[in-house]
Amino acid sequence: MNNSYPQGAITSISGKAVVLSGNNIDTDRIIPARFLKCVSFDGLGAQVFADDRKEAGEHPFDKAENQGANILFVNRNFGCGSSREHAPQALMRWGIRAVVAESFAEIFYGNCLALGIPCLIANQTTALQLQEEANQNPKPIFNLDIKTATVSAAGKSWNLELAGGSQQMLLSGRWDGTAQLIANNEALNKTASALPYLNNFQ
Amino acid sequence: MSAGTLYDKVWQLHQVAELADGATQLFIGLHLIHEVTSPQAFAGLKELNLQVRHPERTVATVDHIVPTSSQARPFTDPLAEEMLATLERNCSENGITLHGLGSGRQGIVHVIAPELGLTQPGMTVACGDSHTSTHGAFGAIAFGIGTSQVRDVLASQSLAMAKLKVRRIWVDGSLQAGVYAKDLVLHIIRLLGVQKGVGYAHEFAGPAIDALSMEERMTICNMAIEGGARCGYVNPDATTFTYLKNREYAPSGEAWGRAVAWWSQLASGSDALFDDEVVVDASNIAPTVTWGISPGQGVGVDEMIPTLEQIAEEERPLAEEAYRYMDLQAGAAIAGTPVDVCFIGSCTNGRLSDLRAAAAVAKGGQVAAGIKAFVVPGSEQVARAAEQEGLDQLFRAAGFEWREPGCSMCLAMNPDRLEGRQISASSSNRNFKGRQGSASGRTLLMSPAMVAAAAIKGCVTDVRTLLNK
Repeated sequence: MNNSYPQGAITSISGKAVVLSGNNIDTDRIIPARFLKCVSFDGLGAQVFADDRKEAGEHPFDKAENQGANILFVNRNFGCGSSREHAPQALMRWGIRAVVAESFAEIFYGNCLALGIPCLIANQTTALQLQEEANQNPKPIFNLDIKTATVSAAGKSWNLELAGGSQQMLLSGRWDGTAQLIANNEALNKTASALPYLNNFQ
Repeated sequence: MSAGTLYDKVWQLHQVAELADGATQLFIGLHLIHEVTSPQAFAGLKELNLQVRHPERTVATVDHIVPTSSQARPFTDPLAEEMLATLERNCSENGITLHGLGSGRQGIVHVIAPELGLTQPGMTVACGDSHTSTHGAFGAIAFGIGTSQVRDVLASQSLAMAKLKVRRIWVDGSLQAGVYAKDLVLHIIRLLGVQKGVGYAHEFAGPAIDALSMEERMTICNMAIEGGARCGYVNPDATTFTYLKNREYAPSGEAWGRAVAWWSQLASGSDALFDDEVVVDASNIAPTVTWGISPGQGVGVDEMIPTLEQIAEEERPLAEEAYRYMDLQAGAAIAGTPVDVCFIGSCTNGRLSDLRAAAAVAKGGQVAAGIKAFVVPGSEQVARAAEQEGLDQLFRAAGFEWREPGCSMCLAMNPDRLEGRQISASSSNRNFKGRQGSASGRTLLMSPAMVAAAAIKGCVTDVRTLLNK
């Protein structure tokens, strides 16, 4: 498991990719609710996909060749359901540092960004090609470039999409947004003072 | 687009600043917290050496981990006890009001905030729970957030957000007897799928929505997220104002009239622009039941479980996974499917009108042999009101257990859970694999009245056949 978590500007991620195919993989599957009984995220890495990994057949997260992978390739509506940040926290603590999907559920996307984990979109063709490439033997090393929103491996390159705002936040290191939000103290007061429901509807 | 919609108006009122990377800093009018997604947020705040900016705009309760059979402290589960103790300490250290067990105001966060009058039209509401969309029933812009964002709201009473598009879901006609708001929203998700709402706020409007009570509107907005929409809302109207009048935290005295005037002009105007529109007819909807592992996999109770050929090609892998997991037969009738556990409750359907609808079906009947059936009121207020009407006695006489308020078996973070391959008829919101606490447990989502019918008959049953007796 990788214990150094994202910090500062994030410009690229290099490493092996693990493939989880299928649409609508929800956050209950990523981290079942019983593991949410905790006051710290520390232990979640070992519990990622806990129930799926007990099902028949070796789960991609258990396969020997996927150990040490840090990029996750998935399909549509990944991370739907519960808003639990425990889901990206568990993925991150297992070692994932970037996710490429055909689409993401919104809350999950925001939770990843808040942890400095880029979520990039691939069209269906690209998603399938990437999954095929990732499953080659030996496993190729992918290089994901945030600035160009491209991923390359074995001399090939694929274009991805990364929303402009997210891209800048990752490149500037401002994805950890608390400092920006509290800096706008006066503007916060001004907004609050103009809201009727905070001012007795005057 | 979206000019003239309630979403657009509320968004503009809460804009604090445009941030360097293109996101908008949005002021959060009401922040709700609970024991599961807040401890790490408070820890993060401490790490950054920050204070809670507006403790008076954050309200806490305890719901996810509380046992529903005995709420005596300390809890039997030391982890649950630690989570509650942590919430109590964080609230007391930061001057945040906690509606705790036995306060008379405790309950599922999305049940108590409306019933206390905390949720009001025109607010932005955030909570570390995806079903925060519930509060949109009041014409608020309400959405679920993660724990890092809970920390941000505590620190700044604001969030960095991207503006959503707005889709109007116009519902014509009216629901038939025995068909409820739950059926309507399951039907909408069945039609649109679970991904269509991504990137959108869903405005629910039209004659069928206008006719709904506030509790029914909450059921609809609650499950907006199940259709992919982080936020769903209904424009405020006389139904909204009547509900709010005289609630504990609602405006009173002279402020009431000013509030109603302000709330009234927030509704989407006749010239409002929508990014997309969908029309649904409520008149022909049957009681709806899910058969699969995604809330979009629903059918009318009078229909067959769809065969692979009847399912769009891109949905087939999920359908095949669902047939296998649920062990249900494609092409077979959903009615008659035997169930083991019947659960009435949750932030979707744990309010007084839900319990009344279930009680009307259970009255005079008896839970079928071998079935565990239980009713979990959404809040202490709901429980006391139901007890005053004798609903607890009615349910007990029919063989249902009557429990204390909490999230219970909706997500099974407490002692209420399925065992092994058990199959539940559940008035909750998610039928995901493993959702109800057993890795192989199975969930059939339906209305509370349909759950009561399943409990009495021992299998999925069209509630209309019981109501028409």
